[in-house]
Amino acid sequence: MDRMAIVGVAQTKYQRRNPASHAELSYEVTRDALEDAGMTIEDVDNTVTVCNDFWDGRTISSMAITEATGSHRVPTTNVEGDGTYGALMGLMRILSGHHRVTLIVAQSKASEGIPSVITNAMFDPLYERMLGLDAINSSALQMRQYMSKYGVTEEQCARVSVKNHRNARNNPYAHLPLDISVEDVLRSRVLADPIKMLDASPVSDGACAIVMTDESAAKKKGKKAVWIEGVGHCADAYHLGDRDLADSPALEAAARRAYSMAGVNDPMKDIDVAELYDAFSYMELMWMEGLGLCRQGEAGAMVDKGVTEMKGKLPVNPSGGVLSAHAVQVAGLARIAEAVLQLRGEAGARQIHGAKRALAHGIEGACGQGHCVFVLGK
Amino acid sequence: MAVTSEDLGNTGTLIYPSRIKLPYTWHAGKAGSRFYQGLRDNCRICGTKCPQCSWVYLPPRETCPRCYRIMDEWVEVSNVGTLLTFTVTRYAVPSIQPQEPPIAMGIVKLDGASSGLVHLLGGVDVSELRVGMRMQVVFREKRQGNYLDIEYFRPLKT
Repeated sequence: MDRMAIVGVAQTKYQRRNPASHAELSYEVTRDALEDAGMTIEDVDNTVTVCNDFWDGRTISSMAITEATGSHRVPTTNVEGDGTYGALMGLMRILSGHHRVTLIVAQSKASEGIPSVITNAMFDPLYERMLGLDAINSSALQMRQYMSKYGVTEEQCARVSVKNHRNARNNPYAHLPLDISVEDVLRSRVLADPIKMLDASPVSDGACAIVMTDESAAKKKGKKAVWIEGVGHCADAYHLGDRDLADSPALEAAARRAYSMAGVNDPMKDIDVAELYDAFSYMELMWMEGLGLCRQGEAGAMVDKGVTEMKGKLPVNPSGGVLSAHAVQVAGLARIAEAVLQLRGEAGARQIHGAKRALAHGIEGACGQGHCVFVLGK
Repeated sequence: MAVTSEDLGNTGTLIYPSRIKLPYTWHAGKAGSRFYQGLRDNCRICGTKCPQCSWVYLPPRETCPRCYRIMDEWVEVSNVGTLLTFTVTRYAVPSIQPQEPPIAMGIVKLDGASSGLVHLLGGVDVSELRVGMRMQVVFREKRQGNYLDIEYFRPLKT
């Protein structure tokens, strides 16, 4: 089978209240990703946008950014979940054999709406929605269940936040580069305990685009091709009470598929750098376990030992992760873009030396209901 | 309309505040309707049971998410159960929240049910909440056939 490649990536700087419009953000990354790929819009034969009507404050929001994404009179499709699923859709378009070059653009301006009101609307209107459940307090339920089941501590979760905000100081796109201590995290304002302000990701505006091609187009055009070695995705139950929130069987299944496709036997050994969707500090620990980087409940101890630091055995989120920049839905595609930069050796001050294989991960739904895992290689 | 430099603020761009109003009506479906009727009329909490895996689901639904079997057996569960997890929301978002913060919520697995119910917690000093506590349902006095007919869970009085 033909190999698929990512030949261009671009991100905006993430920030609160970016004065650019949705279309302007989309245009900026579309232009920059094409330039990065050494292509023009004429080389693109189809596009996938990633945006969501609630977050954009309009229905059929993807149709409002067609000009900005070069989608005018081009086959275009929208994914309203995480950006990793946009990349998955783009991959499938090329695998269909009918397209060769897909442009995938994700954009979000979370700061224009009220995130709690929007995320409250993901819950069943006849049941949990009436309680005022949102992304923060539902995650707090998960965090406590996880901590309680495995004896993970608030300090261990805080260490993730300290590491990622520190890594963000090396990332020019990051929204929140911070030099903070575990104490700072523990003492930050309680949002919904055990989640405190510094356990939570910021509300960021931003966009990300990638250009994906088949093998021959990549070899002809892409001087900097990074190969898609494996992908897997899987979803868990919708109602929170149906799940054991302390575990992520859907992520385990998604990872198994991606690893088997990529020939990854031992992820700790075979993967050099990972970019995970850490919307909250504890999530990085849970996703590490779901990805099989360690056994259930052991990620906290791994972080204590510095295994996931920049100089550790498997650096996790050298970009600063989602804790340092959270443009909703863009964030998963940004994980892919960051993984690509690592493999090209172009990640600047956040470069993991000699990275040959990278993992990028996205989530959608409450408490990581769905997961999508990409394994990329040089 | 003339745009002045004051309108543009320090970003040089206009910001247009608005509000989306979207009235909507949801059908509760067969399972949801029966669940809420039992709750409203008799303070009974009933779930559906899967013929294959024997899980009893709350809120009830017609299809087992795990086995994809139709569930037409109804089982009444206890109004006493175990607290699996909880949180106390400290921030205010009045348009979505049923009461002013702090708002205690948790997931309680009622005896006889296989899945947990997310709901409000009350009748307790929140500092006394512990995972594994035994909880009981407090029904609302004037029930209307919706999720808030369960007013909250409170620690079981022994």
